[in-house]
Amino acid sequence: MAFSIKVNGSQHNVDVDGDTPLLWVLRDSLGLTGTKYGCDAGICGACTIHLGGVVTRSCAVAVQDAGDREVITIEALGGTHPLQNAWVEGDVSQCGYCQAGQIMTAAALIANGAKPTDADIDSAMSNICRCGTYNRIRAAIKRASGQV
Amino acid sequence: MTRIVNVSRRTFLKGASAATGGLVLGVSMPVFDAFGQQVAPAQPGRLNTFIQIDPDGTVTVTLHQAEMGQGVQTSLPIIVAEELEADWSKIKVVQADALPVNGMEPAAMGTGGSRSVRVNFEPLSKAGATARQLMIQAAANRWAVPVSECSAKAGVVSHPSGKTETFGNLARGAALLTPPQNVPLKAAADRRIVGKPTIRLDARAHATGAAVFGIDVGMADLLVGTVVQCPIFGGKLKALDPAPAMAIRGVLRVIPKEDYFVVVATGFWPAKKGAAALVPQWEPGPNAKNSTAAIDTAMQAALKKPGAVAVDRGDAKSAAKSVKKTFSATYQVPFLHHATMEPMNATAWVQGDRIEVWAPTQNAGRERYSIAEEFKVRPENVNVHVPYMGGGFGRRIGMAFIRPAIVASQVMNKPVKVIWTRQEDMSHGMMRPCAVSKLTAGLDAAGLPALWDNRLVVPSIAEQLTPNRVMNGIDPISIFGADAPRYNLPNQKLDYAMPQAGVPLGFWRSVPHSYNAFFIESFIDELAREGGKDPLAYRRSLMTAYPRHLAVLERAAREAGWDTPAPAGHGRGIAVHESFGSICAQVVELAMPSPATIKLVKLTAAVDCGVAVNPLGIEAQIEGGMIFALTAAMFGRIDIKDGAAVQKDFDTYRMALMPHVPPVSVHVMEGGTIGGATEPGVPPLAPALANAIVAAGGKRIRKLPMMDEGIGFA
Repeated sequence: MAFSIKVNGSQHNVDVDGDTPLLWVLRDSLGLTGTKYGCDAGICGACTIHLGGVVTRSCAVAVQDAGDREVITIEALGGTHPLQNAWVEGDVSQCGYCQAGQIMTAAALIANGAKPTDADIDSAMSNICRCGTYNRIRAAIKRASGQV
Repeated sequence: MTRIVNVSRRTFLKGASAATGGLVLGVSMPVFDAFGQQVAPAQPGRLNTFIQIDPDGTVTVTLHQAEMGQGVQTSLPIIVAEELEADWSKIKVVQADALPVNGMEPAAMGTGGSRSVRVNFEPLSKAGATARQLMIQAAANRWAVPVSECSAKAGVVSHPSGKTETFGNLARGAALLTPPQNVPLKAAADRRIVGKPTIRLDARAHATGAAVFGIDVGMADLLVGTVVQCPIFGGKLKALDPAPAMAIRGVLRVIPKEDYFVVVATGFWPAKKGAAALVPQWEPGPNAKNSTAAIDTAMQAALKKPGAVAVDRGDAKSAAKSVKKTFSATYQVPFLHHATMEPMNATAWVQGDRIEVWAPTQNAGRERYSIAEEFKVRPENVNVHVPYMGGGFGRRIGMAFIRPAIVASQVMNKPVKVIWTRQEDMSHGMMRPCAVSKLTAGLDAAGLPALWDNRLVVPSIAEQLTPNRVMNGIDPISIFGADAPRYNLPNQKLDYAMPQAGVPLGFWRSVPHSYNAFFIESFIDELAREGGKDPLAYRRSLMTAYPRHLAVLERAAREAGWDTPAPAGHGRGIAVHESFGSICAQVVELAMPSPATIKLVKLTAAVDCGVAVNPLGIEAQIEGGMIFALTAAMFGRIDIKDGAAVQKDFDTYRMALMPHVPPVSVHVMEGGTIGGATEPGVPPLAPALANAIVAAGGKRIRKLPMMDEGIGFA
């Protein structure tokens, strides 16, 4: 089936089954590989995107259910987003695989000038990091939100 | 012996060298496979690491070691840049392929055992120094001044007369020179990059999603498949009707093999749907009835009999006279899975008798030969490219995740990427073995162990992967860390038994140290408490022969505020363990809001890794190791039922998350011989945690994970 979806400001037509998760539309149809496959169960958060402005596990939303909500991926952050700079300056990543998802979750948390508290960070940042970079992620979120 | 050769005028690396006219040095490095065995090179002196200086000043370091998050592609270039006197901003890193070019082979390319910095420090230092000397010589030639009057700093050679020249402008001249021998290395006090906190070179690529992991490999006409292996270890595929998968749009082929099948499609989603639609008939094989309970029964039975004697030191008979009291405790840990964030995958393109593979592997060189042997092609027709790995931890070894891609590409006559689902990944690991240890101490009048007896029962990794290492019933890979506890134990015995596990075993970050530290450091704590002594003071009295270890322990204790009383309701636990050439001590401070819950307050670590090449990276590795160990201590367990792994995703194989992790401080110390950093942070955490729970008034946990013993996060 053909679907038209808006991703990072551009409209795309993709020919896939309607039950295809957004994750695989992004990765296999559109070649946007910054969004990662982790668990297929909406648990790990490696595939986190924004859908219609809401932090979403892209493995858990089928393309047929996306409607006209725009998809924003890590590629749309531009490379020098305050979070991306804070991630570099704070030497956050180790293997790096989960970090795009972490940053997308954090991007919603600091949107509109918000300054998340530790409790806010604890409740929003549910992404798994197997390398254990949680403390550096916390510090980078505070740095990017102007709290350091 | 490090051999350094000027190979500037030989064409060898992809797109590199001769075309640019710069300097290229090839270095012959000691090589290991990922099992930790040193490999005799096919041709002695083969070059496997390259330093290239281009006329634009770029310094490219081509490395045989792979990046899986441990920061090796930053720490090794630091070593080169230090002696080269390079401008750090001009450093680039290239991951070497496994294919030898013009006789220059990255050899085994094994990355593991926290070994990369340890074994490469000296040769890379020498290579960097040699390149620097060539830059200086090129400048001296140009200026017609003595070499001894010139010096290099931050990518520029200068002369007291005021003349300066960049490495880039000297590269062409240097390319024509013969490398000098035995260039002296810098004194430690003169280092300006080694020892300085340095941000990872791949930090930006990670933060933007641009880094290419194995799962991201792309090319024209690429098909995507997924694999389903017999869920029962050792079982075979009996029958498979491909029709239900073929009815799914996008599915191109179902490929049945002896003990697995691959579904190839236009993308991962149809491949996964196709695989899920099939109803394979499996021949369950010899392990059909295997279970955690059956393995446990075998472990307990082995514990009751003397095993093979691995250590027998001192004179137990005469020491027995001084024993006033005997104390014994039995500890146990389960199977564990690595759970790398990036599931297993590989991409292959078979064209005639040539096989090209893109594999996130820790063992590219060895796998290249395995591929050649298994697929009956000449090794020189096989290349293995190594993309970034989304975590390794010892998992990415062997052919299991490479083979299906090659098979599928052969059948499809196109490049094929085969990605394991998370469920497939988790239920087909190479597990950290389960282990049991019964420790017995005969305590003298002062409460110190006059006798020490450790009966260790662990299914053998070596028996499965490197059988040549099993000697007289002893698998050394199972006993490291238990064979020589760093305490004054004049009379000690270690015996060992290796019952069959019926599951694939492998190297899980810190390998036997992950359990041996838990056993020994918990037991030492118990002995201290048995005699009413402070656990730190008790260790001090046993560590007079180990001053370096004691210094690390004291540092961790001091940084954690051990000598000030913990706040009411808090408990502090301490542990120290040497592994991979480094010593790490940790203090866990926690509160127990209830007898069943803990809230971590802070974690403190001190580590002596000899030379701190990149303190920022070492802190990250130690802290990461601690969180890795925290996950295992609290939640980690793979169960076996009906011959198969039970846990299949992160819902049942839980991970520590942001709210669980307290502030962590890591204190990097420098001492003697250079040690590793990736694994030594793991071992002390579990015992320090168990010891802290007791200190906070909780019960002694002798069996992991904590969640099974009724302890969870608050």
